[in-house]
Amino acid sequence: MSEIKKFMYVNRKAPYGTIYAWESLEVVLIGAAFDQNVSLAFIDDGVFQLTADQDTSGSGFKNFSPTYAALGDYGVTKIYVERESLEERGLSLDDLQQLTWEDEDEDYAEKDSIRLVSRAELAEILAEQDVLFNF
Amino acid sequence: MSMLHVVNKSPYERNSLYTCVGYCRESDTLLLIEDGVYAALAAGKAAAKLEGLKVAALGSDLKARGIAEDKLVEGIEIVDYAGFVDLVETTDRVQSWL
Amino acid sequence: MKLTIQVNEGPYQHQASDTAYQFTKAALEKGHEIFRVFFYHDGVNNGTRLTTPPQDDRNVVKRWSELAAQHNLDLVVCVAAAQRRGIADPDEARRNGKDADNIAPGFRISGLGQLVEGGIQSDRLVVFGD
Repeated sequence: MSEIKKFMYVNRKAPYGTIYAWESLEVVLIGAAFDQNVSLAFIDDGVFQLTADQDTSGSGFKNFSPTYAALGDYGVTKIYVERESLEERGLSLDDLQQLTWEDEDEDYAEKDSIRLVSRAELAEILAEQDVLFNF
Repeated sequence: MSMLHVVNKSPYERNSLYTCVGYCRESDTLLLIEDGVYAALAAGKAAAKLEGLKVAALGSDLKARGIAEDKLVEGIEIVDYAGFVDLVETTDRVQSWL
Repeated sequence: MKLTIQVNEGPYQHQASDTAYQFTKAALEKGHEIFRVFFYHDGVNNGTRLTTPPQDDRNVVKRWSELAAQHNLDLVVCVAAAQRRGIADPDEARRNGKDADNIAPGFRISGLGQLVEGGIQSDRLVVFGD
């Protein structure tokens, strides 16, 4: 059995203005099948990807924000959101979707996936990763 | 683990450099490539952000943009693509701040 | 050192493909192994054989094809990103009812799993983008 690596998907761009947010998610979904130790980081405008109430009905393109809510089913339990990026943009956790995962070791108890961390804390987390994806 | 932080956009266009420096730790190296080399201009406002960091810049990207070495912040290591490869090898991980 | 390279942007629009190429070439010259070069987002546009760049400048696509031939490189274009942007090999063209294919020599179309596998199998993943 080969070693399990720590995979970090770093997201720093807002959704819809460019395709990076969506195509980054596609890697996460496919990557789930490889059973690595996965986490996602949302920094700078990447935090905008997680906001609730996205409605693309007037824009003519797909609203992919429901996919974030499905991440728990794909084994993603660690979603790091950088506090400084949120605050700079006048956002709080209340503005974001509540993302959860079900812990099968605790009777499928629903737990929060989003972990609010400072830049300094996230720097330490990034430094522990084996593979860093950027989009 | 030590990190090679690669910044490829100008600090006057994108916030990548400004965010990146907040993630640089003691053992890390910051490599400026493509438009990122503009951060190394000593007279520019962004130069202050490089203080205290171990910084390298891709020589061919400086030359392409007509930036003379005497215009750069002190202590920057100029590397070529072979040097870029060496930096990837001698650090543990690469983080591209796009 | 075993490397996987990720190229996020197309030829000419951004410097990413140029930098990735020069980096890959330098790594090979130093005796390192390139496990895979994976083209994602607009990076798939590096895989069209239909470009006709001006004679007095580099031919980005041809350069990748030639490097691949010289060093037996695995140049992979992401199938989902390619379908979106109109890069197809003969199989993809037939499968999707297109009247032509345009993949350049040395490139192959495959899934995102190839990028993930690259991350797992390599010592370093180096990403070039915008």
